Amino acid sequence: MESTGIIPRLEVSYPDDVLHSYQYCGQDVVLTRKKHILDICSFIRDQCAMNHLMFLCAVDNSRRKEAIGKNEYERFEVVYQFYSMTTKHSIRIRAQVPDDDCSIESITSLWPGADCLERECFDLMGIHFSSHPDLRRILMPEDWKGHPLRKEYPLRGIGEWAGYETLKEKSLELRTFDYRSSQKGNE
Amino acid sequence: MGQLNENDLVKIKDGVSFIPGASALVGPLNRIINWGRAGSIWPVTFGLACCAIEMMVAGSSTNDLDRFGIIFRASPRQADCLILAGTITKKMAPVIRRVYDQMPEPRYVLAMGSCACSGGLFDTYAVVQGGDNFLPVDVYIPGCPPRPEALIEGLITLQKKINQEQGRWSQLV
Amino acid sequence: MSRKISFNCPVQAGDEDRYRIQMGPQHPATHGVLRVDLDLDGEIIRKCNPHVGYLHRGFEKLAEHRTYVQNLVLTDRLDYMAAMANNVGYCEAVEKLLAIEVPQRSRYLRTMVCEMARLASHLLWLATHALDIGAMTVFLYCFREREELLEIFAELCGSRLTNTYTRLGGVRQDVTHSIMMKLEKFVDSFPSNLEEYETLIDTNRIWLKRTIDVGTVGADEAVGLCLTGASLRGSGVDYDIRKHFPYAAYDFMDFEVPLGETGDTYARYRCRIEEMLQSNSILRQCIERMPPGPIIGDDAPDLIMPNKPGRKVEVDVPAQQSLIKLVEDRETFMEGDVYVATEVPKGELGFYFVSDGNGTPYRMHIRSPSFLHISALKTMAKGSMLADLIAIIGTLDVVLGECDR
Ligand code: SF4
Repeated sequence: MESTGIIPRLEVSYPDDVLHSYQYCGQDVVLTRKKHILDICSFIRDQCAMNHLMFLCAVDNSRRKEAIGKNEYERFEVVYQFYSMTTKHSIRIRAQVPDDDCSIESITSLWPGADCLERECFDLMGIHFSSHPDLRRILMPEDWKGHPLRKEYPLRGIGEWAGYETLKEKSLELRTFDYRSSQKGNE
Repeated sequence: MGQLNENDLVKIKDGVSFIPGASALVGPLNRIINWGRAGSIWPVTFGLACCAIEMMVAGSSTNDLDRFGIIFRASPRQADCLILAGTITKKMAPVIRRVYDQMPEPRYVLAMGSCACSGGLFDTYAVVQGGDNFLPVDVYIPGCPPRPEALIEGLITLQKKINQEQGRWSQLV
Repeated sequence: MSRKISFNCPVQAGDEDRYRIQMGPQHPATHGVLRVDLDLDGEIIRKCNPHVGYLHRGFEKLAEHRTYVQNLVLTDRLDYMAAMANNVGYCEAVEKLLAIEVPQRSRYLRTMVCEMARLASHLLWLATHALDIGAMTVFLYCFREREELLEIFAELCGSRLTNTYTRLGGVRQDVTHSIMMKLEKFVDSFPSNLEEYETLIDTNRIWLKRTIDVGTVGADEAVGLCLTGASLRGSGVDYDIRKHFPYAAYDFMDFEVPLGETGDTYARYRCRIEEMLQSNSILRQCIERMPPGPIIGDDAPDLIMPNKPGRKVEVDVPAQQSLIKLVEDRETFMEGDVYVATEVPKGELGFYFVSDGNGTPYRMHIRSPSFLHISALKTMAKGSMLADLIAIIGTLDVVLGECDR
């Protein structure tokens, strides 16, 4: 993934949105504001021939060392990685999403495949994607509480999911099939 | 009708004998029923995760479960054994319970793999820590994944267990 | 005496042919625990809504609580049909982040096991895909070859499915002579075995009818849907990570990327069959060109090969600290993020790491091909027949462990 001329072009086209850019391990990364993310993405797709969306995910910045103390970081960020199959260039966009306005525009109009990825971000990180056609939980059950990938969410979860609670209650009636108890009753 | 001699009987199993020439079995009813049940365990094809692949291997040509009278059934209504092959997540647990409810009695549950036994290495918010939290598990097979031979061993253990049952499923037998 | 039965269903006029069917999660043809909600008009699918998450185990959260080394075992459980390929993908990503060098021999070994995993996975795919469509015999034949591969894996690293063979900076074990002999035997006989499958199904009228023009996607549409792997190449898009971002020893390998044209189920089937032949030839090249040398790099973290001669093992040091020490010693800057993709049998498997200089990943995102392939099901199944849905699920080659993570 060698360097490309895309970052300067982005900086020229969207001077207000691009916060910062850097290279790490030979990969180009751009930090942006979230406001014009749809425009930036369509610019990248149409002007820079980046037709392949490699991944899309959300990161919780709240405990990130490098983020603490730098005011250009917000609580969350949505990360996009694009790749051009023709020019073999790739670029990563990190769009900052603040805690108090936890939403960003959806890019499903550009990449229909982003549908599931955005739903996953919503499910696990709690980021709303405006103008997404069908924003529901995807991996967790519909009535699950909390967003597991947030940093304050403990690994073993908070509370118990209601569906599992009822299942456990229901399982008491299966006690009669226990091997031991039935064997004893017969002696 | 001649007299039935002890020596004419062919012993099949402890307490179950077969009369040559006549298609009849002799023995206590519960023994005969247990013998029949143990010889025809029909598990439902219900793979959950990685362990299911090894379950498939156990059913394919190399290991050939059919020789134990074990035939995989696609519908739970025709099956009497549920092999929990894989990680049980909380979202999946109610579904497993429903599959279990659809099975006719007698029904047996095998926990295959450390995930189904105890949650395995996934001690997280989404995973049920062991199938015995909500189902009566009969046999536990450790391993991640257990080799097909281990599954066969587990099934043989289940057969032994069935042979010792007394009135577990109804008071009549 | 006949009695008239009256059904009291709220069906509106004109809607008599509309059904809503829920397929799965317990359905033998959904390859695990996929659930698909279908709106049918007679037999035509009007709307298809896949539900995933029945195998969501919390990999990404769990990874944040374990060190880079410990996380290696998690990757086996992602795509359990080709665990080796996942191991390699994970190690390549972490090595890029920590700047660990891998010796040449272990790069070749990685390529070798990757291709073996590809064969094993494709064989299983062919077996189940054919079984779903109704060809039982292929299933038995494919498992015959697959068992051979798994036994080689077992000899190589002690485990058949969940291998955890690679280590950061190399691989765990060197190959022995007997493994190479077995592999050579396998490589020699595989093309003729493949021909056997082809004669079984390639001219089979039922197979052709059920795959040609089923689940067609055009090239642009496929790229938009983020399809990767053979599912994308069946539509004629030339995108293979092994060629685009060569990793392990793919740089030195001679192979072609088979492309389809029509983008239907049959084209994808042909692609995978050709891919198997290519993998076989890569395996042969690996056997022939395997360079001598060490299998683990000098700068690999200590805890990874405790029995390496001449190396002190610090048992008391927790894994996390020793990794931090490693990074401090080499003055690598480990705060940053990196995305590395590898070509697993299903498609593009990528790991995105955000690191904040700790021994554990700050955030690990797994870009799983199956997840995106299932989301493409919605578009691909629309307008096709109910029975074809089985073929489409099969042709996408999904594995739910990786999809739900
Ligand atoms: S026990 Fe191991 S192999 Fe089996 S489902 Fe769990 S993780 Fe997978």
